[in-house]
Amino acid sequence: MIPLTHILILSALLFSIGVLGVMLRRNVIVIFMSIELMLNAVNLSFIGFARSLDSMTGVVFIFFIIVVAAAEAVVGLSIILAIYRTRKSLNIDDFNLLRW
Amino acid sequence: MSQIWLIPAFPLLGFLLNGFLGKIFGTRFVSFVGPMSVGLAFLQSLVLFFEMLRTEGHRIIENLYTWMAAGSFQVNISFQVDELSGLYLLIITGVGFLIHVYSIGYMNGEKGYYRYFAYLNLFVFFMLLLVLGDSFLLMFVGWEGVGLCSYLLIGYYFEKHSAAEACKKAFLFNRVGDFGVLSAVLLIFLSIGSLEFNTVNAEAASRLEYGGTLVTVITLLLFLGATGKSAQIPLYVWLPDAMEGPTPVSALIHAATMVTAGLYMVARLSHLFILAPLTMNVIAVIGTVTALLAATIALTQTDIKRVLAYSTVSQLGYMFLAMGVGAFTAGIFHVMTHAFFKALLFLGSGSVIYAMHHEQDMMKMGALRKKLPVTYLTMMAGTLAITGIPLFSGFFSKDEILWKAFSSPLGSGLFWTLGFLTAGMTSFYMFRMMFLTFHGNSRVDSHLQSHLHESPLSMTGPLVILAVLSIFGGFFGVPHVLHFLPNGMELYFHDFFAKAPGDAHGSMNTEILLMVLSVMLALFGWFWARKMYSGSLDAARRMSRSWSTLYDLSLNKWYVDEIYQALIIAPGRLLSTHLLWQAFDKNVIDRSVNGSGVLARGAGGLIRGLQDGVMQTYALIFAIGTLTVIWYIF
Amino acid sequence: MLILFYLFATISVICALGVLFMKNPFHCALMLVGTFFCLGGIYVMLNAEFVAVIQVLVYAGAIMVLFLFVLMLLSTNEPSQVAVKWDVGKMLAVVVTLGIFTQVASVFSDGSMMLGEKGAYPLEKIEEIGSITLIGQLLFTEYVLPFEIISILLLVAVIGAVVIAKRRFN
Repeated sequence: MIPLTHILILSALLFSIGVLGVMLRRNVIVIFMSIELMLNAVNLSFIGFARSLDSMTGVVFIFFIIVVAAAEAVVGLSIILAIYRTRKSLNIDDFNLLRW
Repeated sequence: MSQIWLIPAFPLLGFLLNGFLGKIFGTRFVSFVGPMSVGLAFLQSLVLFFEMLRTEGHRIIENLYTWMAAGSFQVNISFQVDELSGLYLLIITGVGFLIHVYSIGYMNGEKGYYRYFAYLNLFVFFMLLLVLGDSFLLMFVGWEGVGLCSYLLIGYYFEKHSAAEACKKAFLFNRVGDFGVLSAVLLIFLSIGSLEFNTVNAEAASRLEYGGTLVTVITLLLFLGATGKSAQIPLYVWLPDAMEGPTPVSALIHAATMVTAGLYMVARLSHLFILAPLTMNVIAVIGTVTALLAATIALTQTDIKRVLAYSTVSQLGYMFLAMGVGAFTAGIFHVMTHAFFKALLFLGSGSVIYAMHHEQDMMKMGALRKKLPVTYLTMMAGTLAITGIPLFSGFFSKDEILWKAFSSPLGSGLFWTLGFLTAGMTSFYMFRMMFLTFHGNSRVDSHLQSHLHESPLSMTGPLVILAVLSIFGGFFGVPHVLHFLPNGMELYFHDFFAKAPGDAHGSMNTEILLMVLSVMLALFGWFWARKMYSGSLDAARRMSRSWSTLYDLSLNKWYVDEIYQALIIAPGRLLSTHLLWQAFDKNVIDRSVNGSGVLARGAGGLIRGLQDGVMQTYALIFAIGTLTVIWYIF
Repeated sequence: MLILFYLFATISVICALGVLFMKNPFHCALMLVGTFFCLGGIYVMLNAEFVAVIQVLVYAGAIMVLFLFVLMLLSTNEPSQVAVKWDVGKMLAVVVTLGIFTQVASVFSDGSMMLGEKGAYPLEKIEEIGSITLIGQLLFTEYVLPFEIISILLLVAVIGAVVIAKRRFN
């Protein structure tokens, strides 16, 4: 039996790495990938809790999270495509038209 | 009971009509409305005067409405007619009416005719407000108002640079006095708690200690205001310059009414002033010195109006001397007689100026008495009155003052001596003026000679009436020693004014002796003036050369204006330019205002940096927020 | 058992760090796939086989393929010089993230963490019914509303993606 705290700490670690990826990387698509990483970390903690609490709610929830992540990735990538057409760059520093 | 408010209402109506409709309806309308409004005010004043005499306690108070009420402090607009204000009412409206009629002739053809009468009516309105008000605040409204109208009327010929300077000077010196009055009002309110005259007079003795600092400060501040309005040292310098205005203005404002406002205030608050013997002393001293100083200056002036202006300052000094020794009745008596003969003298000089086509230099006049007989005779009456020739009005009032200066508990022989000398000088310069203008050889310019003629009836009529008053007006106040008539003034004002503490000194014999002495000096002044000025002027010229230093000092008004300029005005200007403007206003105030703008912009710029459009900044802010929340919860 | 967990955990962390630090975005994508596989392994160890399969199929199989497609479509000519351009903001980001991690980790490793009440499906019951059956049952009875909603969500996402990414011919 895997102790809950280990799973949770792993989940927290992966989540932090995802947050770092969002804040540090310059390529937009890699940022997206970091977001997916964050979602996965959360999935892991859900499973951990589901197991230790003998509940199926966590599992079903993961199902939904995966679906939502898929939808979000689709829409996000299409937006990036649309932006790429005008900006001709994938560097997030170039997407700064909404500044003061 | 008759309406007091009608008295000031008539001139106010006159001002409104003349001011707004005068230009439309023209000269005849203005000539009718202007004098008529003051005439109606005079009639109403007569009615109220007699009603006041019939009333118990000789006082009528009419409350119009509550001006302000805040807590326990309440001020009403209410008018009061008692002995003092009743007399003033008659003087103001009576003499004012005569001057308005005179103005119809004098100001004929001037541009801005309607403006003149509008301002003159407004002046009468404010002066009436001043004397009718039963509290300091209402009096102060009138006080400021007459200052304003004086400014407007002195600057009547505003296109002339000297006139513009003069009216500004008048207003500014008045303002210094007003500061004194306001400070005093504040202190009175703090110590006595009310601003009504009757309350202040009644409570003054109980609330303020005799001779104490507070009452001395209050009365000194009030006197400062009086020096501003009534042209005493140190604030008298505006009055000679005020002669830039039209002559009837000089007659009304600067002889008969506005300059007596300061005296009115001191007389009104006699019960307050009597509590401060130091102030009384100061008043008497300043009055005497002013009288003396102005008389010395009048000795050498060549402009006919300047002589009369300095004469006014000198006579006002006499009145303040009277107030200062506690002879309030005598002072007010002299106010009345002075109003008659000084207005007469000014109007007469105006008649001369009118005939001379606005030439005012006496050196260019001479031998006018054949051409302007009525003017000559009436002016002679006025001169006899002012110099104190017996049985004329000025004799009784001036002598009363000199006697009281000697005999009152607050008076002394020194006051009498200086007043005596001043009277001698008065006689000399007044007769000098008469001889230079009307006697001797004609020094008139040749092209004016043929145009010299007597003034129209609108001008000579008031002259005659004022002459009659100057001759017979003194019989109201015959002193007791001369037994032939009761002293009307004393009877009229009995117990109205406060009495100076202490005993009077001097016997009846002394009084008669002093009277004889002053008459003799007056006659000597006439004699000497005649010797110097009624023939050729060589003797006068020789004397001016041999006494040249004194002559220069006198001619240049003792350089007082220049001293003020150097000591007060120039440093003040330097201070405001370099310190207040450059150092403070520009650097501190402008910088801080601009600085707040710069600060706002800077702060905005800093905060604006957060919105840089780069998503990762926003993500960072999210993360910081998340950290904070987690920290707080756990 | 535990050793296996530690192995998978380590590999997943290394792959995640690879996502973070690799210069080439393609490499990052492949690293992410590696992370997904390891996580799948961990799910299996936690008796959530169905979730593990779904994870590999959908996440690693579909979503990451999509990512790779887009990457290939949009691959720029210039190779990205640096993965991260360090400045003050980015340093602050590291600090903040470290802070978040320490906070969360300290909470989780507390030991005295209060857990809620136990659910209704202990391990024996799951093995009895079968985990997929159980998930199916739950999806169509208790959680049918969210199930329907996410299907609509998927539809909307598809339509939205087509519309946004369509080339406009003006």
